[in-house]
Amino acid sequence: MTEKKTLNMITQRAVEEGIAMEIGKTSKQYFDACNIIEMNEQDMKELGIMKNTNVRVTSESGEVIVKAVVARQTVYPGLCHIRQGVWANQVVPPRTQSTGAPQYSGFPVTVVPAPNERLKTALQLVQGAVGMWKGE
Amino acid sequence: MPKVIENVGCPYCGCSCDDVRVTVSDDGKKVLEVENVCAIGTEIFKHGSSDHRIRSPRLRQPDGSMKDITYEEAIEWTAQHLYKAKKPLMYGFGSTNCEGQAAAARVMEAAGGMLDNCATICHGPSFLAIFDNGYPTCTLGEVKNRADVIVYWGSNPAHAHPRHMSRYSIFPRGFFTGKGQKKRTVIVIDPRYTDTANVADYHLQVKQGHDYELFDAFRMVVNGHGNDLPDEVAGIKKEKILEVAEIMKNARFGTTFFGMGLTHSDGRNHNIDIAISLTRDLNKVSKWTIMAMRGHYNIAGPGVVWSWTFGFPYCLDLTKKDHAHMNPGETSSVDMAMRDEVDMFINIGTDAGAHFPIPAVKHLKKHPWVTIDPSINMASEISDLHIPVCICGVDVGGIVYRMDNVPIQFRKVIDNQGLLDDETLLNRIADRLDELNAQGA
Repeated sequence: MTEKKTLNMITQRAVEEGIAMEIGKTSKQYFDACNIIEMNEQDMKELGIMKNTNVRVTSESGEVIVKAVVARQTVYPGLCHIRQGVWANQVVPPRTQSTGAPQYSGFPVTVVPAPNERLKTALQLVQGAVGMWKGE
Repeated sequence: MPKVIENVGCPYCGCSCDDVRVTVSDDGKKVLEVENVCAIGTEIFKHGSSDHRIRSPRLRQPDGSMKDITYEEAIEWTAQHLYKAKKPLMYGFGSTNCEGQAAAARVMEAAGGMLDNCATICHGPSFLAIFDNGYPTCTLGEVKNRADVIVYWGSNPAHAHPRHMSRYSIFPRGFFTGKGQKKRTVIVIDPRYTDTANVADYHLQVKQGHDYELFDAFRMVVNGHGNDLPDEVAGIKKEKILEVAEIMKNARFGTTFFGMGLTHSDGRNHNIDIAISLTRDLNKVSKWTIMAMRGHYNIAGPGVVWSWTFGFPYCLDLTKKDHAHMNPGETSSVDMAMRDEVDMFINIGTDAGAHFPIPAVKHLKKHPWVTIDPSINMASEISDLHIPVCICGVDVGGIVYRMDNVPIQFRKVIDNQGLLDDETLLNRIADRLDELNAQGA
């Protein structure tokens, strides 16, 4: 098991995310659709990550707890994917190469097992980031 | 008797499907059934007539709760804050009709602020490449009727534009494409084996972030230097590149659809720039066109409306009021947010709370934040004022521009039940701002 390995992260759309977004970003559907990281099985083995368990993803601009799954739309080893949305944007670097578009795809992350960490809701993450979260 | 309305426009993705059938209740207040629409569009129409829709503006109270206020109070609050702000930013317009976008331009010109649309974090880099290198494009009707080779590069329409392949590109039988999918060759270039790749004849699994090299390799082949290629470029074998380039060269009519895989990766506008150059090269031997897979049903709209109003499609600096200027990197929303340059933020018809990188959201939240949106979303839940409005295509009509810049008239299918539409709301804010400016002058 490798302690740390840098993976290349991309964040893009998914139809499940689109449907859930229209149902509502505070809905369970949105929570289920967007808080997953899709990985290559080989990377998961190397990093000691069990399927469907939580992991901590850390980038240059933040970190987030998400659930690791084997990508159905497969990614090659070294590449991983979080669907666009609240969880992805906790780690997306805001640098834009002077074009206005942040680095939504192709930024380095580390992924480590965090099976005992809890997933946060969308509202908890966004309101929490701006000091407005009043829940637990 | 429930009424069936034909040829309704769907307010979701850039396909802007205009063949939707909607059945509405007797009183014209409920959507009972929708046909010819994807799973995502269905949810929009369902949401449009949901009992849980917010129908009154809400102002945040000192204890953090939201209190219902009237539209008049919301307009006054917004106008007063815009008047006081030195550099307010209005951003969004992914889900707004062109009439609303024109009214927004009036507001920000009166306020002397910044005006930007979702393209800034989406196809903004494509605009930059198009300025530099031109845009040999076509309409989706031409693709349907003529194209026999389709390339999807860095885009996944199976997920992001669910009816794109069936309505315009791969499957439909057109005038010169009577055999539909059977006579079309589909090439998908994506680092993932996506569901779109699953229906393609060729999937080139490009190494993420190395699209530029692969475009360059294709250009070499098209320009007669294929033998000089190294054995592998961007993870793709030379033989495969030569084979696919041959298909491209022999196309009767080809179209390249490109998406966020190019604009969000390293290289940004340069990836699009070389895609356009490849299209130009291919036009020496065949007929090729290129098209941006615009994400929202009217995100091409602000580009068009503001170009004819101010001369620029996005990242507009109107701080000198009638003297517009644009410089992405300087006047783009995320860059301004990260430099903490704006002192008021209006989020309209989008959700910056969910879709901006979180460090940018933190900066914007230091200042007054207004959300103009029909739904509860992340932006509305951190904003100081949330103003609900009609949904274009559901309870208000309007002009929208499809991804190929074809204007389409969207229809209203249900009663707005007291909700204001974007155009009326923004014009009333602009009227009030004009009054304040006149008083202050």
